[in-house]
Amino acid sequence: MIEGSNMAECHPVGFRWVMKAKERGATIIHVDPRFTRTSAVADIHVPIRAGSDIVFLGGIIRYIVENERYFREYVVNYTNAPAIIADEYSDAEDNDGLFSGWKQDEAKYDIRTWMYKGVDPEPAGGARESESGKKGKPTQRNPIQAEHTDPTLQHPNCVFQILKKHYSRYTPEMVEQACGIPQELFLKVAEALCRNSGRERTSAFCYAVGWTQHTVGVQYIRTAAIIQLLLGNMGRPGGGIMALRGHASIQGSTDIPTLYNLLPGYLPMPKAAHDKDLKTYIGLNKAPSGWWGEFDKYFISLMKAWFGAAATEQNDWCYDYLPTLTGDHSHMNSVTYMADGKVDGYFVLGENPAVGSSNTTLQRKGLRHLKWLVVRDFSLIETAEFWRDAPEIQRGEVKTEDIGTEVFFFPAAAHTEKDGSFTNTQRLLQWHHKAVDPPGEARSELDFFFKIGQRLKKLYQAEYDQPRNWPIRDLTWDYPTKGAIAEPDAEAVLHEINGYTVKDRKPVEGFTSLEADGSTACGCWIYSGAYRDGVNMTARRKPHWEQNYVASEWAWAWPHNRRLLYNRASADPEGKPWSERKRYVWWDEEKKKWDGLDNPDFIVERPPSYKPGKEARGKDTIAGDDPFVMQADGKGWIFVPAGLQDGPLPTHYEPEESLIANPLYGQQCNPLRMEWWRKDNGYHRAYDDPRFPYQITTYRLTEHHTAGGMSRWLTWLSELQPQMFCEVSPELAAERGLKNGGWATIRTIRAQIEARVLVTNRIRPLKVRGRVVHQIGLPYHWSSKGLVRGDAANDLIVFVADPNVSIQESKAFSADIVAGRQGERQKATSGAIVPEIDPMAWQRDLPVARHKPESAHGYKAEETKEGNV
Amino acid sequence: MIVVEMARRAADSDHKSGNGYAGRGLFEWPVLRQLRDGDLFGLGGSAASQRTRELAPRTRSADRVVGSVCPYCAVGCGQLVYLKNERIIDIEGDPASPISNGNLCPKGAATFQLVTGSHRESRVLYRRPHGKEWERIPLEQAMDMVAERMKKARDEHWEVKNDKGEPLRRTMSMASLGGATLDNEENYLIKKLFTALGVVQVENQARI
Amino acid sequence: MAAQKGFFTDTTLCIGCKACEVACKQWNQLPDDGFLFTAMSYDNTVQLGASTWRHVAFIERPVALSTQDAGAFSWLFSSDVCKHCARAGCLESCPTGSIIRTEYGSVYVQPDVCNGCGYCVVNCPFGVIDRREDDGRAWKCTLCYDRLREDMTPACAKHCPTASIQFGDLDELRRNAKERVEELHGKGLKEAYLYGADAESQPGTGGLNAFFLLLDKPEVYNLPPDPVVPTEKGKAAWRSMAMAVAGVAVAAVGSMLFGRGTQA
Repeated sequence: MIEGSNMAECHPVGFRWVMKAKERGATIIHVDPRFTRTSAVADIHVPIRAGSDIVFLGGIIRYIVENERYFREYVVNYTNAPAIIADEYSDAEDNDGLFSGWKQDEAKYDIRTWMYKGVDPEPAGGARESESGKKGKPTQRNPIQAEHTDPTLQHPNCVFQILKKHYSRYTPEMVEQACGIPQELFLKVAEALCRNSGRERTSAFCYAVGWTQHTVGVQYIRTAAIIQLLLGNMGRPGGGIMALRGHASIQGSTDIPTLYNLLPGYLPMPKAAHDKDLKTYIGLNKAPSGWWGEFDKYFISLMKAWFGAAATEQNDWCYDYLPTLTGDHSHMNSVTYMADGKVDGYFVLGENPAVGSSNTTLQRKGLRHLKWLVVRDFSLIETAEFWRDAPEIQRGEVKTEDIGTEVFFFPAAAHTEKDGSFTNTQRLLQWHHKAVDPPGEARSELDFFFKIGQRLKKLYQAEYDQPRNWPIRDLTWDYPTKGAIAEPDAEAVLHEINGYTVKDRKPVEGFTSLEADGSTACGCWIYSGAYRDGVNMTARRKPHWEQNYVASEWAWAWPHNRRLLYNRASADPEGKPWSERKRYVWWDEEKKKWDGLDNPDFIVERPPSYKPGKEARGKDTIAGDDPFVMQADGKGWIFVPAGLQDGPLPTHYEPEESLIANPLYGQQCNPLRMEWWRKDNGYHRAYDDPRFPYQITTYRLTEHHTAGGMSRWLTWLSELQPQMFCEVSPELAAERGLKNGGWATIRTIRAQIEARVLVTNRIRPLKVRGRVVHQIGLPYHWSSKGLVRGDAANDLIVFVADPNVSIQESKAFSADIVAGRQGERQKATSGAIVPEIDPMAWQRDLPVARHKPESAHGYKAEETKEGNV
Repeated sequence: MIVVEMARRAADSDHKSGNGYAGRGLFEWPVLRQLRDGDLFGLGGSAASQRTRELAPRTRSADRVVGSVCPYCAVGCGQLVYLKNERIIDIEGDPASPISNGNLCPKGAATFQLVTGSHRESRVLYRRPHGKEWERIPLEQAMDMVAERMKKARDEHWEVKNDKGEPLRRTMSMASLGGATLDNEENYLIKKLFTALGVVQVENQARI
Repeated sequence: MAAQKGFFTDTTLCIGCKACEVACKQWNQLPDDGFLFTAMSYDNTVQLGASTWRHVAFIERPVALSTQDAGAFSWLFSSDVCKHCARAGCLESCPTGSIIRTEYGSVYVQPDVCNGCGYCVVNCPFGVIDRREDDGRAWKCTLCYDRLREDMTPACAKHCPTASIQFGDLDELRRNAKERVEELHGKGLKEAYLYGADAESQPGTGGLNAFFLLLDKPEVYNLPPDPVVPTEKGKAAWRSMAMAVAGVAVAAVGSMLFGRGTQA
């Protein structure tokens, strides 16, 4: 099942395995607004209205539950379906789209009513990733483990019954109404999924940014997770949910995060409001149950890796060297900060926000208000030349000489010119070896930041008496260098990431060797083991034909070289494979340990029969039949009692800019979505905006790479897709007089762009709530630089985000399209391009959810020097 | 007729390629080669030029082959980088990879052009405030300038506490975007350095 | 003589990614074809030519595949290439000996011999071979002749992610292809058939060393339904022309003799 992904186009070699599965009899289902190259080879293509996936997936949940198609033994033992939820809980079904605990003055949920019945409701396990700036009290917490369960799944307040009720209205008729999918087609998909799941068979889901780039993105994925748990498809070969990520090491840059809210290995950045000292920080994050009970070992080892001998027990391991968060400091907020002149300097490293981020007009405005900008890339991308090539410069609205930003362009080294590891979409760390020196002054980021760090240490040397400079003074920064340009040795950095015992700098075996007493240092606990015994495990290249299909000796996967997460679930509660056909990991009674084709993702010596005592803490609370070891209760969470901001169960909300009213609830949009009400970021009406009668979805093509920095400069790729275009159905073409091969102008309140027209039957009008919904497809690869050019689709995009992860909504928004090139391109920056109407006339929120306090969800407009520009 | 035609072809071929058929003796005379090889119509090997006969893949001359990974999407296909005289002469899929079995998609197949193409800038460029053109400045100087600006931004906008008295220990005057296209080791140094400097607005494509 | 090699392009496995086009350009270091948006589905290289030796056709049809549930529509992809015909018009018409049949049975243009006369271009029934504007010489797929010398798979087949392009011994490929058609028929894809797999089915070319599994009429893929090597058609013409040449020669000799006689 591929949904929210165009796998054949965006991950063609990954799709090799889908085609192999198809040859072996698998049914390939592609759910997508467009008929793409993935649909072309799928068995079933399901055209869907972009932004309605939770209705579709919720419909499948209902089908599974109502028809008793779930894998009962798996559900009862491995998920929290039997758990009984607090009496105070009330569902979105009862409140027209809001869950219990809505706090009107703060415009957010008090999530305590979502907790298991009888459990101390302090937020814990799972909260650490998404929680930012959330207040709480450090207390000696009880484990988040269900106190009351009903294995018969009959209790009216057990998760299973709540689930059943929550999705009771997600009927095939509703799917047809909301998604534009004929009931017959929907039922065919639901049945195919159920038929192919259970003891003997498994089904897999693949998704990509087609799911994440929505204001309800996290909940899209959650809906699929519920399906996979109900069908028993998690932790089993051929099952799971595959996130298809778009950049060589986008997984790595999440694990070792260049992300504001995380420290390496998904440890949270300290929050100013409540992480006052080390004890509090550890107390709030060290979970009383589950694997996160090891939290202090990982954090203290990280501090030892970063601050070396300076980090001691007496000074709390330099805890107060760390900066703190006071809210959401993610990319979109930074951009509005920049646009408001609050940021001096910006580093852009192998990314092209002037093309690839949402509302790129606003992105470029941000760049104009910096004091200095550093761009590191292969060529002069749009972000490097925003001061002379941007659309607003071409239109004469902004003059180059008025832009005060100082710009440094540093040529970057390519992957063939540096040693290092990428982490692929399956958590596999693979080493690429340096083949040649980079040309001229091109350098790796490793070299650049190492040497910038050396310079800063020197610059601050005279000011080390000030405590605020101590982190710079004490930062361990003594990597050995090598080669003609004296680059730091990447393996030495990997050694630090892997971790070592402090006394002899010997690499540790893995994260189970880490200690909380300062005797070990480790840069990223989940990567611990990648350099065990001083061997670069990520550089292993044993051919696949010399090993089994799991290929454990090719490179290295985190954690502990486990290729399939939570694989304990591939065996039944007694530890026997669910079926011979699907055997993967099992309990070996003779050897008294877990064994299998892969490294077991479980405590190896813990027998299936193990039951923790009442006093157990940390990983001792993980029972022998609790496969989901990172969860506080070892169970797969169908219902999320803590950790999500916008609800314990996925609920359908319309995109920020939709064509229709929410068919299920009075609450139109995600009540916690992040909005930025500013003059330079207008919004359309919630739905039925007469000015914007069509829906856009954006995407990429096989022939280009994201914002184009690695493809638009290459002849071999550029000739294959040489110009910006839009895809429209013949019906829409007729309605708007669009000619195949001609030009069209597409507009939103934020911008107006031109594109060539591709009229195609691959785009189909859908019938939704009695009206015809036309969708327009826009690839977003092009802009003003490179061999092949065109307007940037992201100029049009609404600047709004998911509350859990602050990811933009690029996959569904409203727009207008007209034939021809509408003269000189005109942007929102040069005044309204469409008649202004009150955007609030059609409400996105129920009255109780309308009040949004300052900075609770994004930021309000601020007066800027440029006014509306 | 055939004989005449072959002689003409041979002459033509000699003339064009400078192969010097005449110098290789009577047995290399095309007619005889044709008869010897059974290539009666002269449409096969007997018409092969010396270049053709010596044809070999350029990878044969490689001094060494380096294992690598495709830099585009996150599938992580294996690549083999062929080098001759310290120059990349070819980049191919690595058949040994359990992920890709030697395959590459069009982007992966274009990696050779990505890393060796003339589109790549190899010099540091500097645009002064309000400037209309790029200027060249040396790498070392540019790095000095960036480090100085980082220090200045940090020092001028250091936040000790917020108005509630909560500790901040940071600066909001700098931000960074990027990492998804970089190595783990690079992301590690970036996060480590920025965190030590008190820079919290560190983000990458994973947020988008 | 080495085993006869060729391509079997199974279009049912093609995902239209164009890896073959780029892998070919990379290995053979070919220039671009220009940057022209055609509005013909996702096809912007349009056809095989002097600098495009693999070309993926994109066909949007208002007809469903018999095994697909996606409405009355389907999108077909097919990676086209030089067919390396068993009887090759280009080879037979080449007056310079530039085009040869290699030991692998493929048809190879020797760039050091080609003088750019262009006879091959008009004699290819598939419109494959083409002259490059800058140097005037004729170019086309070499079946990676250089790679074959080291037992390397041609670049397109090696990199094809879904094994739509299969390379190997022709006998084996033909066997596999026939089995594949039967298998697809068994799965209900009745429209699958082989194009140019042997001399019987395509006498005009003597069969193709690069043959295809297609799902619609050849014309749909811009392939000729019944290709005939022009030199085959030309046989009779050549015969009569030879007679004429002989006649003229006789007359000329006679006239010379006659003339000389008169002069004398």
